[in-house]
Amino acid sequence: MSVAKPLPHDAAKLHVTGQARYIDDIPTPSGTLHLAFGLSEVARGKITAMDLDAVRAAGGVVTVLTADDLPFVNDVSPSNHDEPLLATGEVHYVGQPLFLVVAKSHLAARKATRLGKVTVAEEKPILTIEEAMAADSRFEDGPRVWTKGDVDSALSSAPHRLQGRIEMGGQEHFYLEGQAALALPQEGGDMVVHSSTQHPTEIQHKVAEALGVPMHAVRCEVRRMGGGFGGKESQGNALAIGCAVAARATGRPCKMRYDRDDDMIITGKRHDFRIDYDVGFDAQGRVSGVDFTQYTRCGWGMDLSLPVADRAMLHSDNAYLLEAARITSHRLKTNTQSATAYRGFGGPQGVLGIERVMDHIAAELSLDPVAVRVANYYAPMEHMGLSAPMAGGQPPESISVQKKGGGRRFGGEYSPKSAAQTTPYGMEVTDFILHEMTEKLLASSDYERRKDEIAAWNESQPLLKRGIGFSPVKFGISFTLTHLNQAGALVHVYQDGSIHLNHGGTEMGQGLFQKVAQVAASRFGVDVAAVKITATDTGKVPNTSATAASSGTDLNGMAVLAACDTIAGRIADHLAGNRAGEVTFADGRVRFGDVDMSFAEAVTEAFVNRVSLSATGFYKTPDLAWDRIKGHGRPFFYFAHGAAVTEVVIDTLTGENRILRTDILHDAGASLNPALDIGQVEGGYVQGAGWLTTEELVWDDKGRLRTHAPATYKIPACSDRPDQFNVALWDQPNPAQTIYRSKAVGEPPFMLGISAFLALSDAVAACGDGYPDLQAPATAEEVLAAVGRARG
Amino acid sequence: MEVVFLLNGETVRVQADATRTLLDWLREDRGLCGTKEGCNEGDCGACTVMVTDPDTGVGVRALNACILFMPQLHGKIVRTVEGISGPDGALHPVQQAMVDHHGSQCGFCTPGFIASMATGHMQGRTDHDDVLAGNLCRCTGYAPIIRAAKAAQDAPVPAWLDDAAPEVSAAPYAPETLDELASWYAGHPDATVIAGATDVGLWVTKQLRELGEVVFLNRCRDLQRIEVGDDTITFGAAVTMTDVHRVLKDHHPSYAEMVRRYGSEQVRAAATIGGNIANGSPIGDNPPALIALGATLHLRHGDTTRDMPLEDFFIEYGKQDRAKGELVTGVTIPKSAPALRCYKLSKRFDQDISAVCGAFNITVEDGVVTTARIAFGGMAGTPKRAANVESALLDQPWTIATIGAARAAFEDDYQPMSDMRASAQYRLQTAQNMLRRYYAETTGQAVNVLEVQL
Repeated sequence: MSVAKPLPHDAAKLHVTGQARYIDDIPTPSGTLHLAFGLSEVARGKITAMDLDAVRAAGGVVTVLTADDLPFVNDVSPSNHDEPLLATGEVHYVGQPLFLVVAKSHLAARKATRLGKVTVAEEKPILTIEEAMAADSRFEDGPRVWTKGDVDSALSSAPHRLQGRIEMGGQEHFYLEGQAALALPQEGGDMVVHSSTQHPTEIQHKVAEALGVPMHAVRCEVRRMGGGFGGKESQGNALAIGCAVAARATGRPCKMRYDRDDDMIITGKRHDFRIDYDVGFDAQGRVSGVDFTQYTRCGWGMDLSLPVADRAMLHSDNAYLLEAARITSHRLKTNTQSATAYRGFGGPQGVLGIERVMDHIAAELSLDPVAVRVANYYAPMEHMGLSAPMAGGQPPESISVQKKGGGRRFGGEYSPKSAAQTTPYGMEVTDFILHEMTEKLLASSDYERRKDEIAAWNESQPLLKRGIGFSPVKFGISFTLTHLNQAGALVHVYQDGSIHLNHGGTEMGQGLFQKVAQVAASRFGVDVAAVKITATDTGKVPNTSATAASSGTDLNGMAVLAACDTIAGRIADHLAGNRAGEVTFADGRVRFGDVDMSFAEAVTEAFVNRVSLSATGFYKTPDLAWDRIKGHGRPFFYFAHGAAVTEVVIDTLTGENRILRTDILHDAGASLNPALDIGQVEGGYVQGAGWLTTEELVWDDKGRLRTHAPATYKIPACSDRPDQFNVALWDQPNPAQTIYRSKAVGEPPFMLGISAFLALSDAVAACGDGYPDLQAPATAEEVLAAVGRARG
Repeated sequence: MEVVFLLNGETVRVQADATRTLLDWLREDRGLCGTKEGCNEGDCGACTVMVTDPDTGVGVRALNACILFMPQLHGKIVRTVEGISGPDGALHPVQQAMVDHHGSQCGFCTPGFIASMATGHMQGRTDHDDVLAGNLCRCTGYAPIIRAAKAAQDAPVPAWLDDAAPEVSAAPYAPETLDELASWYAGHPDATVIAGATDVGLWVTKQLRELGEVVFLNRCRDLQRIEVGDDTITFGAAVTMTDVHRVLKDHHPSYAEMVRRYGSEQVRAAATIGGNIANGSPIGDNPPALIALGATLHLRHGDTTRDMPLEDFFIEYGKQDRAKGELVTGVTIPKSAPALRCYKLSKRFDQDISAVCGAFNITVEDGVVTTARIAFGGMAGTPKRAANVESALLDQPWTIATIGAARAAFEDDYQPMSDMRASAQYRLQTAQNMLRRYYAETTGQAVNVLEVQL
């Protein structure tokens, strides 16, 4: 079977030879026009005049569109109809598109945008958390608050208590391929749109709205993206709509790609957060109650901020059983880019909040930070056999019992004793495996010995200090908007036995297409080379969800499995009638009793006997029930886990720092493709570490983003990866009934980068007795400031 | 302008505007879309191509096509990703290794990585982190790419990359001698002089400026000379930072280590030492080191030449002591300065512009400071000498007390500003701490996180 094999990415050979096509590489018909937006240079105000004569007169310009020129709906928002494609009287952030230049070349369009004379009556922008709170500038009518247990009495009766605050910056996606779209007008007013998007159905939907046509008149196709990371879930709408509207107006194909600086100035980023905490705990560091207040700057539009902020709340527990918890979430409206989806979708911010609390408690009690974490872990999953129903509702009858007296360091007496352990949002946790993973990782990373060795080394070094940090992750898998947890597939088997595969997921580098092709090949028992992977296309599979929330393989793999099994079932029925269940598809052969024929022969026989060899497949995730207002229910099908140990070194004179070694053990369930999954873990970790170290977004007091290019915004470079980088998979089947018992792997490893942040804090702590109170991103400057705090 | 060069084994003859970039030409005119635009400013490496200048004999170099103007290619040999695999489709060893080791995910950065890796492979390099410092990947975390680079490093260079130089004649836009250049420039003082275009390139791709008259230095061999004498080294103004680095490694290792982190492989292969001085940037990394070395700058206006201490060249922000039509022709430094240490502080180690760049050249005899030359970038509107700090050290015992006493003098020398790279306070504090680091280094303490190995 091709599942579980470490096959290369399906397009690897196309990548390395430069043949893989992205939007800007698609050959365009002659006469194709190129688009660029004119942008607001003011963060907030009313447009009093827009003189575009010079823009229209510029060389190569064909036409210039403003809001008044748009034929139908002027909106690019994925949620709230609050983001006009082109500004209508008011501007809300520096970088907001005001007008659209349509020109004969990309360069001509860009040059012309700079000639616009736009007069804005400026108003004082709302930029900071303080300004937004003072103005009560927010989405929804007040903060969202979820509570479990009696938090106030838990805090007041706790033997130990402390308060603190952690600020964490946002993050630019820095997909290497910037946003891009190409619209090709068709007969009768139809439109075909090629878009670099994680959400083709949303492109189709928004383009149809903008053109005033039914969705059936618009088809969106996506072969691949040059990176997405959440940044292409909604942020591609503006380009696709702009191209479609311009193509309708001119009757010519229209293409738009953002210059990198424009991309960074216009599009949303990860939400920055401030999290205040008040925690009560005992002498072992066990938390009895915690009160979190989360503040996030959502920017000017709602976009996906509500579910992002929800997910931050949903991950305030991370791996820890909180008997009493209150989580208050302020979703603030500010005159900045509309913050959007980014790998983890608020989860990393929520996780960093509780990880900071664990770190702070360990420092306060002078305990090992790992021991404090393990003492707070959820109780471990029962070792149920895979024959038992896996998904949901399993009473954890003897949680922690099996470990008692077992002589193991983790679990056992340290584990909470309650029979039904729930998250702060009331979901039972039945699949928790971090005790065993932690134990194995600490052993493989030689944590204890290295910790002692580091302490000795630090004693001998006046200027450099090393530190080590451990962080676990437990990440909830499913869209929290329950209806999104569905997927469709379309599979054709041609008469020669070759297979055409299509589904609603999009490929952005994560290897989804290959993993799903491995599923299809396994169902038919053929080599993966027999499966042709085809571009995501709203004309083939409709009403798709965004490829997001790590769900691509879980959802689309299952839908493809269903489609393949329908076809295989028809072939089997034809060959064996009521003994169809005995027909096997393996090794390129179809076998039943004495019959042993190649897959192609079986297909040909089915074809000449008029058996349908095309099928759709559909999947919806079971057992979900979630009320986001109450903050209660079962938003997730299961949890994915991981753990990391990172060692760093810092320079106490400059704050310069570097990762020396990282060890990761990550739970991908029974991996569909260990090579691709390890790739997600390595890449996610480095991206997560980047978020918390060198990646700093800086706005000035006018609301202008000052870090809008790779010259000023520093994602990790090659030498920033850990010197030693040991990544292993916890290769155990998912107790939930997922595709071949695998687990989603896109987002969870991102949070393992938190171990690097904690290691920096540990290194800083070696400088003095004060708590480092490290803030994120921990740039060299921030590390040096923390060294100062540690020294008191 | 007519440009003739060898592209993937084939001689091409192109009429191109002076500021047409190779990247745009490849993608828009030539239909070779394998080379990608990631940032259009030379910072991501997605557009990397292999370029050989057959006249110089320095071999193949990786360059960013997005800020490489077509006239810079005259007479050169270019390989893009499409020409790195064999004519029959056979993969180059680095391509095969990238497939085998899962070195691509989204694939958009991959052609640039392939070009850098194939260049490094041809050069016999094994310092893969340096070879690839100018290629950003957002997906993989780099680990599989380095595995691939290691796996391919011992494989032979494929025969199909064996290119012969194209036959070209002189181009009017690129003078071949300094006499010719100086005379032309004196007569066209408003022209823009283009050496490596790592800065001027952005005037075009980001500021969308029209440059008017231009002249290219890439064929002026007189400016590309390196003279290593008995006591001095002279770099012609158009010597690339790659070649500067090669020479510095033998004579000024700390300066060389700083240059290893200057820009990236692609940027150093284009950028010139003269350009880094002449553009007057307060955050160029060469001037602090050169000033600490007591470098002499050479200029020429028509037939008139003059020399000056480099520190005098920088008058104030945006203003240098260079007349219109006058060229920076080179810079001379002492061949030996064992006390020189250069400290580059930036958010990211590789390919990042310095927040602070400090250079220290302090000699101590019998425990007493006898000379002190200290200069900083990023601390003022120009690269600037720390005159007050030097005074505070001179004739003093080389002790921690002296270092501590000199800290206050930094505030007399510098009033740095806050920007997106660092706050003023951090700049000042780290500049002071760099003196502490310099002292610690002379006493044998570990001071460099890059040197810590597990």
